[in-house]
Amino acid sequence: MSKFAKKKDGELPAVSTASLPDIVFMLLFFFMTVTVMKDSSIMVENTLPNATEIKKLEKKDRVIYIFAGKPTKEYSNVYGTETRIQLNDKFASVEEVGSYILAERAKKPQELQNVLTTALKVDKEANMGLISDIKQELRKVNALKVNYTTFEGDAFNNLQ
Amino acid sequence: MSKNRELPEVNAGSMADIAFLLLIFFLVTTTIETDAGLNRMLPSGSDRADVKEKNLFRVSLNSNDELLVEDELIEIQDLREKAIAFLDNGGIAEGDGYCSYCKGERDAKSSDNPQKAILSLSNTRGTNYGVYVAVQNELVGAYNELRDREALRLYNILYTDLLTAYNTSELLNADKRVLKEQIETVRNLFPQKLSEAEITAN
Repeated sequence: MSKFAKKKDGELPAVSTASLPDIVFMLLFFFMTVTVMKDSSIMVENTLPNATEIKKLEKKDRVIYIFAGKPTKEYSNVYGTETRIQLNDKFASVEEVGSYILAERAKKPQELQNVLTTALKVDKEANMGLISDIKQELRKVNALKVNYTTFEGDAFNNLQ
Repeated sequence: MSKNRELPEVNAGSMADIAFLLLIFFLVTTTIETDAGLNRMLPSGSDRADVKEKNLFRVSLNSNDELLVEDELIEIQDLREKAIAFLDNGGIAEGDGYCSYCKGERDAKSSDNPQKAILSLSNTRGTNYGVYVAVQNELVGAYNELRDREALRLYNILYTDLLTAYNTSELLNADKRVLKEQIETVRNLFPQKLSEAEITAN
C-alpha cells in the first residue's frame, strides 16, 4: 500500500490558478489608469448640486480647488455647524482665500498661471452669502475663471 | 544525475496575493474622476456699460429661494422658456443690427438682438446654493438650446456635439480649424452674456 494513493480516474482535475495573477494585475492596471490619487481629505459635507449643462474640467493641473460646506460630524463639535471654507487640509476664513489662490498660482508653471480655473466644490445646502464672499476675494486676486463643480443630474433635484 | 542539477522552480503561488494587495491599496487611495461643472467668468473690476432696460433680463432669487423674473414671480421650471423667448426676440426693426435668424415674437419692448441681450442674475446672501446652481443651469441651458438650433440649421449638427467633437477627437489641424470656426460662428450668433451683479443687502 503506497503512501500516496493514486488518483482515481473519475476525479476532476484541480482548476489551474496560474492565470489568476495576470487577471488581478489587469484589474490593478485598470484602476491605476482610470483613477487619481486623493490629494486631500474632505472635512466638510460635500454633496454637490446637480446640473445638466456641464463641462468637464479636463486638465487637472490647471485647477485650484476650494471646498465649502458644514463641517462633518467628527469636526462639528470643534468647528461648529456653520458653513465653512476648506483650503487644502484645513478650515480657513474668507480673508485667506485670496492669499491661498496666489500661493497656489505661484506653485504652477509659468505658462499655466494665466489659464487657471478655480473649482468651487460647495455643498448644495450652503448659502450664497459665503459664496459671494469667496467670489469677491477671487475678483480681488484676478482669478476670474470659476467652475461651480456639480454632479450630472436633473437640476430640479436641487430644489428639494 | 541530470535531474538534481536543475534549478528548483520559484513558487509563484503567492503572486496573486501580492497583486491583490496592490489592487486594494490603489482602490482605497484613489478616486474615480468626477469633476465637471458650470464654467463661469466673474466680472472684472467695475465696468459699467450703458444698457437699455429692455435689453436686460432681470432674474433675482430671494432668501426664500423664490424666483423673480422681470418683476414676475415664476417657477424655475418655466425659466428656460422665458429666457429663450427673451434672447430669441430680435425686436429691432429691419436695418442695422437686425436679427435675421431670430424666431421670437419681435416685440419692440423686449431685447433688440441676441448680441445686445443680457441676462442679469442677482441673489441675496440667504439664497440656497443648490437653487442658485439650478437657475444658472437653466440660463446656460437656454443659450445651449438656441445654439443647438442654429448649429443644426447651419451645419446639421448639434452645438454640444460640435464641442465634444472638438474636445475629444484627435483630428488633423485643418479639421480642427474648421470645427473651431463653426463653433465660433454659432457662439457669435448667441453670445453668452450672463452678468452676476453685486448682491443686494438681505
